[in-house]
Amino acid sequence: MGKTIAEKILESHALDGSTRVEPGEIVRARVDIVLINDVNSTLTFRHFDNMGGGAVAAPDKVVLVCDHFAPAPHASGARLAKDMRRFAAEKGVRHFFDAGKGGIEHTLLPEQGLIGPGDLVVGGDSHTGTTGAFSVFATGMSWAGLAAIMMLDETWFRVPESMRIVLTGAKPKFVTGKDIILRVLRDIGVAGGLYKSMEFTGPALSQFNMDERMGICNMVVEAGAKVGIVEPDAQTEQWAKTHCRRPFTLVRPDADAQYESRHEIDVSVLRPLVAKPYSPGNVVELDDVKGVRVDQVYMGNCANGTITDLRQIASIFKGRKVAKGTRAIIVPATQEIYRQAIAEGLCEIFVEAGAAVTTPTCGACFGAHNGALDDGEVAIATINRNFKGRGGHPGAQVFLANSFVAAAAAVAGEIVDPADLQEVSW
Amino acid sequence: MVIEGQVHMLGDDVDTDVMIPGRYLSVVEPAEMAQHIFEEVDPGFAARVKPGDIIMAGANFGCGSGREQAPLGLKALGIGCIVAASFSRIFYRMAIDLGLPILVCAEAVRSATERERARVDTRTGEILVGGRHYHTQPLPDFVQDIISEGGLPNWVRREVERRRGAGKA
Repeated sequence: MGKTIAEKILESHALDGSTRVEPGEIVRARVDIVLINDVNSTLTFRHFDNMGGGAVAAPDKVVLVCDHFAPAPHASGARLAKDMRRFAAEKGVRHFFDAGKGGIEHTLLPEQGLIGPGDLVVGGDSHTGTTGAFSVFATGMSWAGLAAIMMLDETWFRVPESMRIVLTGAKPKFVTGKDIILRVLRDIGVAGGLYKSMEFTGPALSQFNMDERMGICNMVVEAGAKVGIVEPDAQTEQWAKTHCRRPFTLVRPDADAQYESRHEIDVSVLRPLVAKPYSPGNVVELDDVKGVRVDQVYMGNCANGTITDLRQIASIFKGRKVAKGTRAIIVPATQEIYRQAIAEGLCEIFVEAGAAVTTPTCGACFGAHNGALDDGEVAIATINRNFKGRGGHPGAQVFLANSFVAAAAAVAGEIVDPADLQEVSW
Repeated sequence: MVIEGQVHMLGDDVDTDVMIPGRYLSVVEPAEMAQHIFEEVDPGFAARVKPGDIIMAGANFGCGSGREQAPLGLKALGIGCIVAASFSRIFYRMAIDLGLPILVCAEAVRSATERERARVDTRTGEILVGGRHYHTQPLPDFVQDIISEGGLPNWVRREVERRRGAGKA
């Protein structure tokens, strides 16, 4: 019987060659990368010590990134980062990224070439699945589970059922990868992909670059999925050849692979979509929320803080100003993206427009710092979640949208269609 | 393992941000996490929970952010078991690895009411709510082992010792 991408990647990492890699079965496997951020750090390290501690089984597989409370907004956040520095030094973990040296973990991993197609990756953060864009089986797991991998260099997975999502048609202007995943969420709901592998393929895929594919895979967890994996194509291969530090494998599904369900999305009829408070599954057409006044626009996180997103924002901001009464915050996802945005003149456009451009951090995406919201405030953001209290105060409201739509709201002071913005001359 | 306590009813898609908001993610002591559980949506929740109490929830319990502060805080609060129609997978694995029993049984959840007495046997899958009996898939043996060890850390410690012993022999 044929196999899906998820099944093949699990099979290639299984410790016991005779294990049946079929949905529902438990597979013991060896992973390629263990991703740990500052929020996971102290509790994961405590589990590690409680397991017996000592040396990390495979220190080069461990990647430590300070991104949630980085730069630290308070002493307790600083303590988490301090614990990471200590662990990295004591255990000989060379892939350690401090504030100012790395950025947001999920964007950083591919940028640094630490992952590649065909890899099996786990992390303490639920958005670990972002690198599925690079044809990786990547998933969030328990922090005790991460500690156990650092002890034993093995773990277990339940083999997921797989869904196949086929993209067809020509991509319209102002539609991005964000709209693909919002459309999936609208169609299947926030529990529609529970425990499953969501595999993206189809002729329209080539119109979404690696950055936009990250935007798609980043939010599969919002539908409950275990992983989202983009089927490798020429772009994937080109990216891997120029970035990967280790050998890679382009894993494609068998022609007779067993998919539990198949969905087709005709991209050509898509319009930008928006998720209303308080669920990423509360998706409506942009037209349904036009005119909603916004106090804040937050752009950039592990979903949409790429150079592609920053270029999209700049294309709207150029020659325009952030509206009076509205604040715009732009967060490049990594130091490298930040540097590139400066080199391309994007940061100048942002500052000129009156936006706050900040250092890479998870910051306000989880309501902790760098743009938290108060009671009654309304924001539109390119982030991935808008649960009650997620933005700061439980009385605040966050709408989720792509970078064009968010940027257009920043200059208009309310949610608008980017196509309706007045032409500017400069 | 048998857990007996009062039922606390929760709905569908209860996310981890409402369990414990992001700004508390630098908290590393379970007793402190416990104080903040559901503080914004139900400020009286923490005070109502008694040791051994059972949460009965709808579909997709624990969705959203994977944060150990959520199951760790619930356990420190005294929650003895969670029964839901379905769970977010990261929350499910976190709960097991922390030694917090967790079972799927939509029928029991549908019939339960707030403050009713319930009894859950994780080994047999028997659930008694009020006077009504339900049966669900018990936890797999290796998961039972992890829970009876009090969580994955103790299980791994034992496994490491076993492997060392096997290596010597």
